[in-house]
Amino acid sequence: MTWESYAALVALGAFHGLNPAMGWLFAVARGMQERSRSVLLRSLPPIAAGHLASVAIVAAVISATRSVVAANVVGIAGGVLLVGFGLWRLLSERHFRWAGMRLSSAQLAGWSFLMSSAHGAGLMLLPVLATTPVPVTHAGHAMSGSPGGALTGLAAAGVHTVAMFTVMAGCALLVYEFLGVNILRRAWFNVDRLWAGVLVAAGALTIALTA
Amino acid sequence: MTRWTPDPTFYPSPGAAAGAPPEKLAYVAAFDRAAEKPDAIAVIDTDPASPEYGRVVGWTDLPHTGDELHHFGWNACSSALCPTAPHPHVERRYLIVPGLRSSRIYVLDTLADPRNPRLVKEISADELAEKANYSRPHTIHCGPDGIYVSALGAGQGGDGPGGIAILDHKTFDVRGQWEADRGDQHLAYDFWWHLTQDVLVTSEWGTPDMIEDGIVPELLLGRKYGHRIHFWDLAKRSLVQTVDLGDQYQMTLELRPAHDPSATHGFLGVVISVEDLSASIWAWHRSDGSFAVRKIIDIPAEPADPDLLPPALKPFGAVPPLVTDIDLSVDDRFLYVSCWGTGELRRYDVSDPFNPVFLDSVHLGGIVRRTPHPAFPEERLAGGPQMVEVSRDGKRVYVTNSLYGSWDDQFYPDGVGAWLAKIDATDEGLTLDDRFFPHGDEFRGRRVHQTRLQGGDASSDSYCFPS
Repeated sequence: MTWESYAALVALGAFHGLNPAMGWLFAVARGMQERSRSVLLRSLPPIAAGHLASVAIVAAVISATRSVVAANVVGIAGGVLLVGFGLWRLLSERHFRWAGMRLSSAQLAGWSFLMSSAHGAGLMLLPVLATTPVPVTHAGHAMSGSPGGALTGLAAAGVHTVAMFTVMAGCALLVYEFLGVNILRRAWFNVDRLWAGVLVAAGALTIALTA
Repeated sequence: MTRWTPDPTFYPSPGAAAGAPPEKLAYVAAFDRAAEKPDAIAVIDTDPASPEYGRVVGWTDLPHTGDELHHFGWNACSSALCPTAPHPHVERRYLIVPGLRSSRIYVLDTLADPRNPRLVKEISADELAEKANYSRPHTIHCGPDGIYVSALGAGQGGDGPGGIAILDHKTFDVRGQWEADRGDQHLAYDFWWHLTQDVLVTSEWGTPDMIEDGIVPELLLGRKYGHRIHFWDLAKRSLVQTVDLGDQYQMTLELRPAHDPSATHGFLGVVISVEDLSASIWAWHRSDGSFAVRKIIDIPAEPADPDLLPPALKPFGAVPPLVTDIDLSVDDRFLYVSCWGTGELRRYDVSDPFNPVFLDSVHLGGIVRRTPHPAFPEERLAGGPQMVEVSRDGKRVYVTNSLYGSWDDQFYPDGVGAWLAKIDATDEGLTLDDRFFPHGDEFRGRRVHQTRLQGGDASSDSYCFPS
């Protein structure tokens, strides 16, 4: 992957980490409920793990598929899928449903996995994955199928999640220690709408770059 | 369409909500006991600076008759900030208004003209019965994953079990029955929750057959009305624990859990003890994983001349207090208790939930007392403080005077009238507001039940973050 690809993955990770709905707010709530910073901190790894799993599956599928079919087919098909998903997110206004708040670490990871998946977090990486040159062997042709192709996706998901985790932890601690949750009343702009817009833009970009 | 910033009426914590600006309008359920005119939502100006302060300034008639509007609630509230399924950019704009007798549920939009809410959807009794197998919808709470509606009866007939139906947040379609495992729960009435602790609490009144034609003396003396409360796992939707208060304690009605999400206590009002006609308040709290419920307040019956009593009470020679509603201030300090029989609104300091301190009270109406409002000292009032609503800042308390059509007729047989009073509350005391007393013809022949305040009130919102 190129330097630009990594930068894009980090930026998307930061964007996901910034979204209160992706986990940091839940970590803050758990910390506040128990009046314990360590509860907050212990909540972050499961949330990141769930996010990683969600993103990695999508990324691995995209990358593995790219190594066996023509790159522009993946790009265009994925792009169309992404635009459609983004438009649906934009227009449907339906929100994620989950009633319970007292979760074990495993349940917290599961919650994060579902939250990320429902929001199409992994799909958002499509422009990066679809435009990254497929790893080539010394024989000069694309590696055939997974796991080689999928590894690219997994690496991308890992980089993305590290960035997501860092920003999420920063937001959570900043709000817990200094700002207080009342900041949400003013500062929580409609990430969901922006998010949907990014999905649509990512899909369109992918089509443009790979067609 | 969603907003770019969170709805300004959503607050992450009760402490923040207590700093909310005063409400400018109040919405009041108004119903025609004769079922000849349509029921309505009346809109009252609560802005002291307005020339129309204390007057009915808006009115929305519903399209049918005989609904018997009772309780209602907002489509969204501060629980939209809860972190598991946040959606803070929806608007608090729709009133979800059930008809307790007709089983219809209306959705009114208050956005375009807050003084004249517009009907945008109607859920038929058939839809509620088909999709959730419930009828007689009652209490509304905006949950993190949908709108919760309690219902007193099963889908068909006049029996139970009553329970909770879920409405979709967005479309308001009935999504189905909430309970996955209800155990032996059969009677239903109120519900609320400790949201961050995955606990839902429900209380018991009676099935439609037990209440719709009036209180049934044989059922009451036979101790057949509800006397239990139930604790559920909110996430698993299953009954975890039932506490029986003892069958002399008839009708466990209103539930008011602490607003502080880190607290695990709450309050329950019991209408009457068949042993001495007293009313009582109970507190629950959790210890070692299970809930204990303890009586914390007894309000005795008041002896009275039988000649002054309605037929149902003559044999007893006393007026029961009839605690039919309670409300807890957002800061969890003050518990307001309506004594609909004796015509009194009491205030207790419940900072220490198990050692409440009686502070003060206001008298209005009452079966025997008939205390007038200070602004109209010649008018002996019928009914008593019943539905009580407290503003978010705790400074204003609103009371209406009707309980339930057929029950009004039994306890106030010469007519219950219609009035809405406002009480100013400070740490020093309670004072009836002389300038605020819409009553009588202002309500166009309807009786008035629950009040909801614009932007939220002490019984509308749940919070996921401690102050």
